[in-house]
Order: sequence, then structure tokens, then C-alpha cells
Amino acid sequence: MVTDADIRSLLEDVKDPEVPVLSILDLGIVRNVTVTPDGAISIVITPTYSGCPAMDVISMDIRLRLLEKGHRNIAITQQLSPAWTTDWMSAEGREKLRAFGIAPPNPKQQFCHEEMFADEAVACPRCQSHHTELISRFGSTACKAMYRCLDCHEAFDYFKCH
Amino acid sequence: MNTQLFTYTLHLADNALILGQRNAEWCGHGPALEQDIAITNISLDLIGQARNLYAYAATLYNDADKAGQAAFDKLLPRPWKAFNRPLEEDDLAMLREERQFRNLLLTELPRRDWAQTVLRQFLFSAFQFLQYEALQATACPQLAAIAEKSIKEVAYHQRWSGEWVIRLGDGTEESRTRIERALADQWPFTGEMFSTASYELVDCATLRDRWMQKVTDVFAEATLDIPKSGWAQQGGKDGVHTESLGFLLAEMQSLPRTYPNATW
Repeated sequence: MVTDADIRSLLEDVKDPEVPVLSILDLGIVRNVTVTPDGAISIVITPTYSGCPAMDVISMDIRLRLLEKGHRNIAITQQLSPAWTTDWMSAEGREKLRAFGIAPPNPKQQFCHEEMFADEAVACPRCQSHHTELISRFGSTACKAMYRCLDCHEAFDYFKCH
Repeated sequence: MNTQLFTYTLHLADNALILGQRNAEWCGHGPALEQDIAITNISLDLIGQARNLYAYAATLYNDADKAGQAAFDKLLPRPWKAFNRPLEEDDLAMLREERQFRNLLLTELPRRDWAQTVLRQFLFSAFQFLQYEALQATACPQLAAIAEKSIKEVAYHQRWSGEWVIRLGDGTEESRTRIERALADQWPFTGEMFSTASYELVDCATLRDRWMQKVTDVFAEATLDIPKSGWAQQGGKDGVHTESLGFLLAEMQSLPRTYPNATW
């Protein structure tokens, strides 16, 4: 008898294709996993950003991973509300990001704001200095901004709080 | 009611798609690498929002009964009618004709220079933010969910473009000349945002004061004056467009029209 927890543990192997150190569970985009007594698996995921091109790949990777383990009856649906926030990222996920060289998102309540020309205090993932500056609010993927460390002079990605 | 919801969903989707397509024209041409990436990121957000909206519009059509579907007829893409399959998001974006688009005229104006691009983005994002805020309270749960998701992205667009308006307005003689020219060109197209069409679920007229406040605040920092002209050029919400939309669609739709049902 397959349980919800069995399926969840398989999802741990499905990575974000653009940030391959993070599993989709770390990212907080898996909203629900249910298995009915007759073995039908239903997985609900939520997109990070509306136009995130990784979502289609993630849906396919989930399906492939489950098929590989012999599961056939799979339904994957997308749910928009409540809207995903970086606060749903696991503590483990944040640590993996930092080790990978991407500054993890600051907690939304304390740091996120909409004022113009306001920078967040972002710690450099290499030397931990907060002496950093924003290069651009938009980076290589929808979820990241570009920063520069003024102490170790390294430019880095910041997974912006959202 | 369903025709109204269908038309309104297309209007919201068309705004996002057409502006997304205009911004995408900068891909590889931005004034600096970081800004090239920024404007195309905004494009990606807008096209993602449009996808969610078109997908919902397609569902509204596919789930309607025969009489309901007949009522949508005028807005349906003609080539799709020969496909004999349910309506999909791409059909709505890629196969409708100019007169079937319901986007604001502001979103279709030519890209021109960076000043035109960032000013238009700011004028639109400041409006879209208020519109999506109000949409979250409408009776349609799917539109409310799309608005809830999208507004977080719109907040970034508004902030980024507002910063650019200030940078150019309060910048060099050249940047100021350019943004003043952009403002003179675009201001007559802002009035259409607040002239509520019969199909709209959010009464946009009620958003005008707060929009004007936001614009006034940013313009004050940018040392720009609000233009005196009160003329409002309209038509986009009813499908009557400027000459620019046809050229945009011809480019955007050329592949799906040349190779119907192509996949890649």
C-alpha cells in the first residue's frame, strides 16, 4: 500500500531545473500529495512566478520519477492561490542555496517592501558580509536579483524574497 | 454573464500579452546587459500572466453549453474553427485578429527608445497594481487567484520602472528631453485605462485618484510635470486599435499561422 509519505519521499529527488541543489519540497511548491486506496496519485503544485518556464519541466520530472517507480495513475495540477512565497522555502533549502553560492531569501515580513531605491541587507554567500549592494532587481531567472559584495568583491545571485 | 467574463478575461490577457511582446523586442538590445535582462524578465512575467488568463478563458468556452459558446463566437479565432478540437490558450493569443483584441492602446504603442519603454511600463504597472488589487475581491475565484499571484510581480515592475522614470527625468539634459517627449506621446493614452467598458468586473474609474497620486509622487521626484491635456484616446477596449497592433501581431503570430498546430 503506497502512502502519501512514500510519494513525498520520491519528490525529494525532483530538483528545480534552474537551481538544481533545491528539491521541489525545499522550494515549497508542492502544496498537496494524496493517494487514494485504489492507488490514484494526486499532486498539487504552485508556480513560483507566473511565467516561470521551469514549471512545465517540473511537472514532467515529477511524472517521470513516479513512472520510474511503477506508479501509473498520476494527476498533477497547478494551483495559484494562496500565492507562493519564499517564506515557504525550507530551512534546509536555504542552507543548500547558500552552500551553492546563491544568497537565500530574507524573511518576507521583515525585509520585503515596495519602496523605490531601497536595498535589502543581503549577506554575501561567500564571506557572509552584509556590506553588499544591488546590481539589478532582475537576474538570470525570474526568482533572482543580482548583488555584489563590497568586501570580497564577488558578484552573486540573491534568491529574492517574494 | 459568461460572455462578459470571457471578454473581460481576454481584455486582461491581451493587456499582458501585448505589453509583454513589446518589451520582448528589447531582448538582446537593452542599453546594458542588466537592463536587457530586467526588461525581458518583466516580459516573461507578463506573458506568464497572459497564459494563465488565456487558459482560463479557454476553459470558460470549453465548459459552456452550445448557446453559451455561440455567444462567444465573435471573439473566437477563425483558423481554430477548422481544427475540431477544444480551444487552447495559444489559439487565443496566436490566431485572433486585430479587431478581436481588447488590450489598451497604451500597451501596443511602438517600443521606440528606453524612455518610452520605461515610462509606459510605469504608467501601466501603477494601473495594473490597483486593478489586480481590486480583482482579488471580485466574485470570480480564478481571476482573483491569478490577480493574487500576479500582483507580487507587478509590484517589482512598478518599482523598477518608477526608479527609471526618476533617473531619466532628474538625469541629464538628453534623458530629460527623451522622457518629456515620451510623456507627451503617451499621456493621451492613459485616459482609456479609467473609462470602464461594459464587460469590466472592476470599475476602473474608481482607481483613477490613487493612480494619479502614485504618478504625481514619482513625477515630483523626477521633476516632471503632469501634462495638462485631458484628451483620452480610446478604442482598444472595443477592438479599435492604432496601426501599430497589426504589425505587432503579424510578427508575433507568423509562425502559428504559417504552420498551424506546430509544436516545438
